[in-house]
Amino acid sequence: MKNEMTLAFDSRSENEGFARVAVAAFVTQLNPTLEEVADIRTAVSEAVTNAIIHGYPDGIHTVVVRAVLEDDMLELWVTDEGVGMEDVRQAMEPLYTSRPELERSGMGFMFMEAFMDQVEVQSSPGVGTTVYMRKRIQKGATGQEA
Amino acid sequence: MDMLEVRGHCLVVHLPEELDHHRTEEIRREIDRIVSSRPVEEVEFDFSRTAFMDSAGIGMLIGRYKIMKALNGGIRLSHMNRQIQRILSLSGVLKYMKLEREDAV
Repeated sequence: MKNEMTLAFDSRSENEGFARVAVAAFVTQLNPTLEEVADIRTAVSEAVTNAIIHGYPDGIHTVVVRAVLEDDMLELWVTDEGVGMEDVRQAMEPLYTSRPELERSGMGFMFMEAFMDQVEVQSSPGVGTTVYMRKRIQKGATGQEA
Repeated sequence: MDMLEVRGHCLVVHLPEELDHHRTEEIRREIDRIVSSRPVEEVEFDFSRTAFMDSAGIGMLIGRYKIMKALNGGIRLSHMNRQIQRILSLSGVLKYMKLEREDAV
C-alpha cells in the first residue's frame, strides 16, 4: 500500500518539534522500532532546522515536508524556496558550517546520513533546496517492539 | 524545577525534554550570563528529563565546553538516555566531557 502526506508550515523554530512529531506519527503505521523512530525524528529535525536557519535566514517563509510510505520504505522530502547553495558538497562535509556565529556544530548532514539509508540534496542559488531521504523500516528484524 | 541551579562552584543545567535549535538559543544565553558573572568551575548538563537531542544540542555543548575551558573549568554530562548517548557517541565530543559514572558510554 502507498500512503502519502504533505505538511507546509512557517519557518519558525517552534515548528521543528511539530515536524518531528508529525512525521514520527505518520511512520507508526509501518510499526517501526523505537530506535528507527528516534533515527527518523533526528533526521527530520536536522533537515527542517537547516531549511529554517540556512534556507530562510531572513523572514518567515514556508517549509514543506512530504512523506511517502510504500511497503516497508519511508521516503522524505524537506523543501524550502530560500537562498539555496552554490556548493552542496561543501555543505555536506562533516563539521562544515556557514553560520559558526550560531554555534552550529556542522553535524546535521552527518546525522542524516548516519540515521537514514540514503540522503540526497538538490539546491540552486536563489531557487531553494530539497533534501531527499529514504529509510527501509526493518519490521521486527531486531525483535524490538515499537 | 528551574532550569538553572547553582551548587557551590557548579552550575547544574536541567535540560528540557526536547533539546533542538529552538531551545538551545535561550539555554546558552542563560548559561553564559551566569558563568560570566559568577565563579563557576563546572557546568553539569543534567539530561534526566531529555528525550531528544539533535546537532543543535551538540553545538551548544561544544560552545559551553570552549567557554569553560577558557575559564579553566569544565563540563559534565549526566543521566543521558540511549538516544542521547548514541548522538553523543556519533558526534565524537565525549572525549572532551566528563560523564557521571553510571552514564559512561
